[in-house]
Formats: sequence, C-alpha cells, structure tokens
Amino acid sequence: MSACALRVFVQRAAVMRKAAHQTFSQTRAFPQCVTGSYTHSRGINTLTNSLRAEEKVTVHFLNRDGKRITVKALTGESLLDVVVNNDLDIDGFGACEGTLACSTCHLIFEEGVYKKLGAVSDEEMDMLDLAYGLTDTSRLGCQVCLRKDLDGMILRVPDVISDARVDSEKESSTAPPKV
Amino acid sequence: WKEEDGVGVLGRELYLKSLGIHNGKRRVRGLSSSSSPRVCIVGGGPAGFYTAQQLLKARQNAAVDIYERLPVPFGLVRFGVAPDHPEVKNVINTFTQTAQHERCSFHGNVNVGKDVTIDELRQAYHAVVLSYGAEGNRSMGIPGEDLPGVFSAKDFVGWYNGLPSNKELHPDLSFETAVILGQGNVALDVARILLAPVEMLKETDITQNALEALAGSKVRRVLIVGRRGPLQIACTIKELREMVNLPNTRADMLPADFEGIAEALKDLPRPRKRLTELMMKAVKEGGDDKAEKCCGFRFFRSPVEVLAGADGKRATGIRLALNKLEGSGESARAEVTGQLEDVDCGLIISSIGYKSIPIDPAVPFDPRRAIVPNEMGRVQDTAGLYCSGWVKRGPTGVIATTMNDSFDTAHVLIQDMEAGKLDLSVNKPGAQAITALLQTRGVRTVLFSQWEKINAEEEKRGKSQGKAREKLLDVDEMLKIAWS
Repeated sequence: MSACALRVFVQRAAVMRKAAHQTFSQTRAFPQCVTGSYTHSRGINTLTNSLRAEEKVTVHFLNRDGKRITVKALTGESLLDVVVNNDLDIDGFGACEGTLACSTCHLIFEEGVYKKLGAVSDEEMDMLDLAYGLTDTSRLGCQVCLRKDLDGMILRVPDVISDARVDSEKESSTAPPKV
Repeated sequence: WKEEDGVGVLGRELYLKSLGIHNGKRRVRGLSSSSSPRVCIVGGGPAGFYTAQQLLKARQNAAVDIYERLPVPFGLVRFGVAPDHPEVKNVINTFTQTAQHERCSFHGNVNVGKDVTIDELRQAYHAVVLSYGAEGNRSMGIPGEDLPGVFSAKDFVGWYNGLPSNKELHPDLSFETAVILGQGNVALDVARILLAPVEMLKETDITQNALEALAGSKVRRVLIVGRRGPLQIACTIKELREMVNLPNTRADMLPADFEGIAEALKDLPRPRKRLTELMMKAVKEGGDDKAEKCCGFRFFRSPVEVLAGADGKRATGIRLALNKLEGSGESARAEVTGQLEDVDCGLIISSIGYKSIPIDPAVPFDPRRAIVPNEMGRVQDTAGLYCSGWVKRGPTGVIATTMNDSFDTAHVLIQDMEAGKLDLSVNKPGAQAITALLQTRGVRTVLFSQWEKINAEEEKRGKSQGKAREKLLDVDEMLKIAWS
C-alpha cells in the first residue's frame, strides 16, 4: 500500500473506530462527506475519478514556505482528505486523523469563500480556539468538504509555533497554558 | 564468534566497540565511507517520535534509533491521555509508521542513565536528543501531603491508564467527596473519570482493576480547586464542555467567584471568552437538581494543610486558604487574605504539574525550572546534545505543541549537521554497539516488532471483555510476551 493510501486507510479506520466507540459524552459532528465516504476503498475512488471528471475542484494551498501547491480534488472530499490523498508536504497536518481532537488541520480561507461555508459546530470551534494564528476566516480542514462553488479557492496554511505560552502572550494575556 | 545469548567477554566487547562491527547477523552500517548521520533519541513518547519523524524526512541518509525505558512505546499518549479520548491517540498510527521506517529502530526496555550512560550514547552516535519528558510531579509542599488518601494526578492517571509503577495504587474510593487541586486539563480528566457513568468507560482501554474500583466507587462530589479566578482557569473548553454535559452530574459554580466577570467578557479574545461564557452559563443554569453527582469548581483557594482524622492515620479533609487577585489576565497573582476554609473529603488529588528529573549527571539540569537548559533545543555547553518536548520546554501543552517543538529541534539539529557543527566524517556504530554493550550488562532490548506482540495480546485480551484493549500491567509479563 502506498504511504498516502495507508494514511487514508488508517484515517478511515480511525473514523470507524470512533464511530464504534460512541459514548454518552459527545456525538462528534463529522461532516457528511467524511461519514458518507468511508466505505469507499481508494480503488473505487480512482475508478470513479474518471467517470466523474466534472466533479473535480481545483484548490490552491499557500504553504508555510510561501510556495503554492495546486491540486485537483473531488467534491465531497474534506480538505484533510485532499492533503492526505495528494500527499501534500504540510508538516504535522491532521494529527488526530479528522476526529476533532486537535487543531493541526487549521486553514485560513479567503473572506468571500469563508462566508459560503456555513455554520461552525461547537465541537469544531472548541478545537479551533486552540489553533495558533486564529483568524476570523479560520476553519479546521477536516470539517470542510469540497463543493463545486469552492472551485479555485486559495487556502493559507498558517504558521505554527511550538510554545503555547508564547502564543498566548502574543495574542492575549488570558489564553490558558494547556495540557 | 558465534552469536550468544549470554554475556560477552569484556575483551570482545571492547574490540567490537572500537571497530563498530557486529559479526554476521546484522547488516554492517557503521563502515560506509560517506557520512550517514546516526542520531539517538532518548524517550519513546510523542517528542521522541516526532523528532525522529522530522529527522528521517529532512535527511535522506540519517538513521535514527529511539530508546525507551519501558518495553512499550508512546509515553503519555498511552499512559496520560484519558481512556474516553481514544481519538487523541490516533497519533500512534503515525508513530508506528515512523518506527517501521527502514532507517529507524526502536529499542525498549533500556533505562538510559542506568543501563547505559549519555556519554556512551554520545560516543556511539553523531547526535543525541533527550526527549524523556517529565516523570515526576510538583508537590504541594504542605503538611499531611504524604497521608493515605492523597495522590498526585500523575499517579492517579497512571493508575487508570495502566502505568506499571502505579498498578498497586489502590485508591480508596469509598468517600463521598474528592478534592482536586489544580484546574488544568489533567484535573478535568481526573474529575471526569471519577464521575463518569461506568457505561461510558467499560469499552475503553481503562484498566480492568480501575474500572472495577470505579464501578464500586462512592465518590459523588468532586471539587476542582484553583488558586486564582475563572479568567485564569487553565483547562480548555472541550474538557469543560464534557464536564458540563456529563450525564447525571450537575456542574456547581459559586456565583460569588464570578463577580465582575461579565464585565470583563467583551475585552477577551475569542477562546478565553467562549470558555468563560460556558462557565457563566453553568453558574446561571445551576444544573439538574435530580443529578446524583456533582462537579464543583472553586476559585481563589490554595491548599495549606491536609487534615487527618482523630487517629491521624489518613486524610479526612483539606484546609484551604482564600486568596484575592492582584493584577489581571494571565499574569494575575493570588495573594493571601488570611481567611481559611476546611473541606471534608477522603480523596485528595494534586494536579499542579508534572516535573522533569535529571537522569544522568553528565547532562546539565536546571533544578529551578526542572528542565534541561537549552537554546532552541541545543543543550547548553554540550555539543551534539539536543532536547525536545517537555524536558526542553516544561510540562505544558498538548500533543500538537510537542509535535511542533520536536520539529523545531529536528530542524536545529539538521542545520548543525549542514553547518559542519557535528563531525559526520567520523563513523559511528549506533545501535549495534549499544545493543552489544547492553548485552554485556544483561540488558536485552525490545524491538518494535516485539512490542507488536504485546500490542496484539492486549487487543486480544480486550476483545474478550468488549474493550479496546486490556493493558498489561506488569513489565515482566510484557517482556515474556515480547521475547516469546
């Protein structure tokens, strides 16, 4: 299995494991695209790729090093799927594999695009709150799914900082150090 | 020479060390002509794995060896993350990929500082990275702290997460009230595990003995106590929301603790604002009167003494000093007022921070900050020695914080390699020499493929109980299965 296929596999497995472990405490609000597509194997996606060429969407990532990465992806894929499936070189992206347990898939959207994306769940907002460099047009990539009307959007990959304390001192005097 | 199980002859060992050869059985790596950097990482938790990952990626000929004291890898991801947060443990998948990388090897069951010294590692490798975390805890420093019934959160969490050294903890859960000192995410985890319905826990990887103890627990009320006010609370909103939503549990805040908070809301950045609003909602709504359990947050209180019963044999209460706040925001300080308050309780858990310890006298250590002194991950005054994770920065931050920090250390190390600060023209023997050396000392390592046997056994045992896994609690049992 290629490295990115393996990652997709384990990501899906993680989603399924989490679904199997549903507890009282919270129902994770997975975006429809994630829960809908986990039964597809990569092979089937590749086959239907050519059959559904009109559902391809172009996405541009502005990476931390300033380089722009352009990919074509399918509608319905989450932005985490896009990064994983295309093996994009974004350090540390998607650590929790799309389960709303981290903020490493933080992406910054253009304002006009952000407005089209719709409401953010409390669970996503809770994790987004921990992201360094949070903006008013920030979202977690694992919760945003591609649609035709997002074709051509440019996403900025925010810088990260290692020290949460430095982060909080810079941005506010009241953000908590966290374990 | 034949491969033997037992202790090698001293002379042979020295010869092997000087040449970096190990006969026959393994690939000889140390004699390549060009500079293949060999890096040693001390500690098999998130810091170690993320540092390794970045080194392997950034340098196509680097070989990385990870040494871990326990037979099992993953550190606090295995022993710290709460059992009801399995998705946080997904990072194990990426660590597994790293360990299985052809240029990486994992060596468990090696106690660095005791079985092998840092100097010996530095002789065998071009660079050594200390990623061994914080295995100690800050103490409250108050009378009665050592009484039965008082635990550090580190030990309590280790107990329900199957850390071998905490398996005999046997916390007495037959009291109605538990008091937790500290209001970070660890404190919230402990409170949640104490109050969660057993149904929520029984399919997780919580240890069976902890599950049974919690099923029989009489604890109904947990107080989470902090020195300062609601605006300084150190936990994050996800954990607070879980507490507020916990079935059959009422969140209990004191309105008096929230005086003036509403006015301060508008100036707060969004994360702090949402966290504070959630607390204020809990104050306002009071919570379900029919709930049998209660989780109370108490602010402006510091522990000054653990109180013992008439026989003086165990903790029966805690004396708290009431504080007032000087200053505001993150830098606000708690000042004593002189007022005291006693709380009856039978379980006291101090969750005021983990703490790193020095593991080798050859390594500089700052006892005040309890970290290895360093500049961006380069250990002070010690060429070729680096650090990442909590031992470098102090014990705060989530896994992603440690991830970014470890990437930083790896980048600094790579920079030093490229700038010629590490002499890569010298061949270093790496794991071959260290494994041979350990063998002469009667220490046998656990390879990653052998951890996978332990892993399979734990999953198998868990399956028969409807749990994600049943962790092995005994190091000897782990070794037996690893080497079977």
